[in-house]
Amino acid sequence: MANTPDYSWPPMEARKVIGQSPKRLDGPAKASGRARYSSDQNPKDLLFAVYLTCPHAHARVTSVDTGAAEKIQGVTAVHVVSPAGTEIQWQGTEVAAVAAVTEEIARDAVRAIRVVYEVLPHLVKEEDVVQAGARAKAAGEVLKGDPDAAFQQAAVVSEGHYGIPVITHCCLETHGQTIQWQGDNVWVWPSTQDVTHYAGQLGQNLKVPAANIKVKMDYIGGGFGSKFSPDGWGETGARLSQKSGGRPVKLFLDRETEQRIAGNRPSAFADIKIGGGKDGTITAWESHSWATGGFTGGGSPPLPYILDDSNHPIPNKRLVHTAVSTNTGPFRAWRAPNNQQAAYLTCSAIEDFAAKAGLDPLEVFKLNLQYAPKVRQELYQYQFDKAAELSDWKNCWKPRGQNGAGPVKRGLGLGFSAWGGGGHTSQCKVTLHADGSVQVDIGTQDLGTGTRTVITQVAAETLGLPMAAIKLAIGSNDLPPDSASGGSTTVGGVSASTRKAAVNALAKLFDAVAPALGASADQLEAADGQIRVKGSPSKSLTWAAACKKIGAAGVISETGANDQRNPQGLISSGTGGVQVADVSVDAETGIVKINRYVAVQDCGLIINPRLAESQVYGAIIMGISTALFERRFMDAATGAMLNADMEFYKLAGIGDIGDIVVHMDIRPENDKRGVIGLGEPPAIAICAAVGNAVANAIGVRVPHIPMTPDHVLDALEGRNA
Amino acid sequence: MSSKKDPGRSRQAKAGYSRRGFIRGVGIGSGALGAGLLDKTAEAAPAAGIAGPGPVPITLHINGKPVNLTVEPRVTLLDALRNRLDLTGAKRVCDRGTCGACTVLMNGKSVYSCSVLAIDAQGKAIETIEGIAEPGKLHPVSAAFWNHDAQQCGYCTPGFVMAAKGFLAEHPNPNLKEVEHGLGGNLCRCGTYMGVRQAVLEAAKNLKAQGGKNG
Repeated sequence: MANTPDYSWPPMEARKVIGQSPKRLDGPAKASGRARYSSDQNPKDLLFAVYLTCPHAHARVTSVDTGAAEKIQGVTAVHVVSPAGTEIQWQGTEVAAVAAVTEEIARDAVRAIRVVYEVLPHLVKEEDVVQAGARAKAAGEVLKGDPDAAFQQAAVVSEGHYGIPVITHCCLETHGQTIQWQGDNVWVWPSTQDVTHYAGQLGQNLKVPAANIKVKMDYIGGGFGSKFSPDGWGETGARLSQKSGGRPVKLFLDRETEQRIAGNRPSAFADIKIGGGKDGTITAWESHSWATGGFTGGGSPPLPYILDDSNHPIPNKRLVHTAVSTNTGPFRAWRAPNNQQAAYLTCSAIEDFAAKAGLDPLEVFKLNLQYAPKVRQELYQYQFDKAAELSDWKNCWKPRGQNGAGPVKRGLGLGFSAWGGGGHTSQCKVTLHADGSVQVDIGTQDLGTGTRTVITQVAAETLGLPMAAIKLAIGSNDLPPDSASGGSTTVGGVSASTRKAAVNALAKLFDAVAPALGASADQLEAADGQIRVKGSPSKSLTWAAACKKIGAAGVISETGANDQRNPQGLISSGTGGVQVADVSVDAETGIVKINRYVAVQDCGLIINPRLAESQVYGAIIMGISTALFERRFMDAATGAMLNADMEFYKLAGIGDIGDIVVHMDIRPENDKRGVIGLGEPPAIAICAAVGNAVANAIGVRVPHIPMTPDHVLDALEGRNA
Repeated sequence: MSSKKDPGRSRQAKAGYSRRGFIRGVGIGSGALGAGLLDKTAEAAPAAGIAGPGPVPITLHINGKPVNLTVEPRVTLLDALRNRLDLTGAKRVCDRGTCGACTVLMNGKSVYSCSVLAIDAQGKAIETIEGIAEPGKLHPVSAAFWNHDAQQCGYCTPGFVMAAKGFLAEHPNPNLKEVEHGLGGNLCRCGTYMGVRQAVLEAAKNLKAQGGKNG
């Protein structure tokens, strides 16, 4: 092709498949139970593997005796992960693993392993930073202007303490894989957010060439940022397989271990002081924050959230952050890392400031958008107004203390968010066969976001075909390389690469059929199952007839790649959102109920509105779960996680979520921005909005998420001052 | 050591034990077990006329057909389905009767198959998601879940579909509140409850249109 092809999206009004809401392609497989997840793989001669994990939060392994375990009939291999001398820094660390012909025998064998530990002192709680002592490392002070003077001059000063706890990803399919290492080759069915790079990472650990590792994953039972690498269990499973003569091994964590070591979101706590004018303009901010993400510290929410543009920030501020190292499982990425914590801390402090000033927080948020990035100020103004309209804020919001004389108080609260997105590196191959069939290959994964469906929509739109004409393959490292699904970058990456590959393939097809239509290739278009001359629809060939021109022996196979440096208008990044929670709080029982939840969500070009809305609903429901129920309980005395299960680690159920109203901002000016991912943006502001609604309802701040009865009643009794 | 269905509440409580943990603990060989804080030694008093501890032959009636298999008495129905019979629609998620991902129907009632022993499921009609529709076809409940996008990662979906089927058999005309109550024993992590609510209401309507034939 002489010229750079035009890859741009067809205009909004001309689209036939993009912008429609076909049902998700893998829906029937999932709803009929026939979808085979990696944990459902039962290859011939399968062995079952079980871990022995460390019960202590901090210990040194003195000895590991696997003799008795190895003698148990049915045990095929024992692998020691943490040999004598290993210092263990959190409970649940893998010590050894056993493979056996049944899972029950593997469990027996694990119990027969004798491990002697030297138990060492631990720290597992960070709520009180003073008690962390030397485990707390200050990250230094950020100072701007003269906050001390600004607070002295401020007409209104509010101070508060806020905290958002460590929560766990709690993927329904635990981490792990089914794996076989036989001779020089490895076959693996992992539960991963990164099919393409799994082999390279596992190969390094096993000293096996990545080219010898075949990775296959059709479905994944949740990841949420916690499943990017093969982890230790990839290697352990492989070694057990090899030691068992190359038989395949299934090693998935049990729920308890999953909760302890396979992913959590860092906590964040802060004492925040805000000063400003009577009109609600903030002039000074001071925050002393701390957080833990486990032994390595981790977790540093950007404060103040959003209202901190480098060209026009809050003029006076002091930020002090401290990272606390604890003997707890390591943090992993969680939908919008650091943003949920930052949104909660910031929005809570602003709501308290508004209450202190006797102002409507809606007006205070809007007024202080002057500190937000210029490009988003107008958007946020629009979104705050839209969210207020949809939540009937003007009629329903009442100042603190005026929310009902009876025990049940109603309150409204606000939160807002910002996220980037963009598109990850992605390659796609589109193959057109002479019989008219179409194959689309891309080494990505569908986390349940609808990736299969949107790729197929893009290919169908571009080729002028119905979706049923497209055969799609994903989920294997034999396919053109894609990237990890994280940070809301998948839909951007795969839609751009698919669009380009399909345009490139179509150009070759146009070359093949142009003579038969008596036109030049650049005069042709693909639409309605035909290749036709633009402006002369009578001069056309059906798709099948056109593909015959490829020649019986030939195929057209073209690739397309998303170029992150030059997305060519197909995709972009940057979204904002505003959300309102409407809650009822029973001041006698402390129970919080969601009445209604409104989300106004900015977006780009929407390929499938149904699936986009599902993303937003899902993010909000997950957020309501974290706002009302979820926290990891650590026991200071034993160092143990007390609720490493799903019984006392509470998730929201179907009756806990109230009514949810989603307003997607699908307007032509947003469509022009191209595709933008929606995994993280709507997940950010829920704790902020719910916490503010509870404070508004009962008239006092409940400092710590989740809004459980104990926290609410403590606040009402003044027990958390 | 032998299997025993009633381990005694007081001992469980003292050892900080779950019922599932106990089920797994019984039948293991004697001798010292893992050391440390969470030492989980469990002993069951011998009793007469009981199965095990070794594998025993059993017959399960699954999706209308008798299936013979040999399992240790401690094996749960869920593990028998998934690990022995390659019926992987029911999922192991919480593994202790909390989340509902393993839901199957036993004599028409929803049960958590992680909390039923395979040997105790003998003589009962067991229906798994694989049995509610022919391959390539969708049961009306499954179809409604698809129609309302009541699934994302989909790992909870088979359990939800079976729980909904069992619920609708007893509540053919549910309102929204009843759906929320009836499906309260199933958990989703991706957040598909909005779709599930609508799916169950639509399934109720469609099943009625079919003449009340649920499955």
